Amino acid sequence: MTELGILHFLIVSAALFTIGVVGIFVNRKNVIVILMALELILLSVNINLVAFSVFTGTIQGQIFAMLVLTVAAAEAAVGLAILVVYFRNRRDISVENVDLMKG
Amino acid sequence: MALIAFGLIAAVVILSALFVIAARNPVHSVLWLILAFFSSAGLMVLIGAEFLAMLLIVVYVGAVAVLFLFVVMMLDVDFVELKQGSLGYWPFALLIGVILIAELALVWSASGSLTFDTFDPSPGAETNTEAIGAVMYTQYLLLFQLAGLILLVAMIGAIVLTLRHRPNVKRQNVSAQTGRRRADATELKDPTPGQGI
Repeated sequence: MTELGILHFLIVSAALFTIGVVGIFVNRKNVIVILMALELILLSVNINLVAFSVFTGTIQGQIFAMLVLTVAAAEAAVGLAILVVYFRNRRDISVENVDLMKG
Repeated sequence: MALIAFGLIAAVVILSALFVIAARNPVHSVLWLILAFFSSAGLMVLIGAEFLAMLLIVVYVGAVAVLFLFVVMMLDVDFVELKQGSLGYWPFALLIGVILIAELALVWSASGSLTFDTFDPSPGAETNTEAIGAVMYTQYLLLFQLAGLILLVAMIGAIVLTLRHRPNVKRQNVSAQTGRRRADATELKDPTPGQGI
């Protein structure tokens, strides 16, 4: 533990992942914060991929992290669009009432 | 030295992530999220993955976080009301978090020592960006193109979702406009003097 190793990055990544999951469970009212927690989870995945890529001397991990980044951006765009439509219909973004949309 | 920098940046990452989920105002949450992205880019710079770090700033801070900020400010939500009664979920959420951390620690302890001798952020090239570019446009060309396709689908999807057809709005009809002839629009009159039409 005296010099920078992969374990440090794994610990940070695990903490970030857990914070993201806890954030999803805590925010039952606000969909926006749930989307942000999802971004945190994807960020922790990216940190893991980059750390393993660097510490094993292979570039593939960084390519994959880039693809994850792309998907995260697409997911944020579509998620926020759905959120905007939902708000337009219901004047409210509470998660608890989403199941009222069931046909 | 690198360890001190790592510790500082990692502390900023984790603290700002905590504030993202704990902040009362979603605008503050977005700002904390931006700080988390910036400092994780710092973590990646620390191990030499410079291209990914810059990409993180460009994509996350420049696009995703700004998108979040726009949506948060556009939606006219009563955020005080949103926070009412959310305190009751904390014990359950913390339980989930503790279980998750315990599982991750279990996996780590079972996997034995994780030490790698190599440390090479840019294998087979001078710089990190060069190493990524050398394989991205050759070996992983298909994945690269598919990533572009995913972005295109997401863009079209977002536009289709939020597109709204308002009734009773006058629009320009270009074909009707250009198809108009003189006979449709004007009428020739021959008024007698002093009488008007």
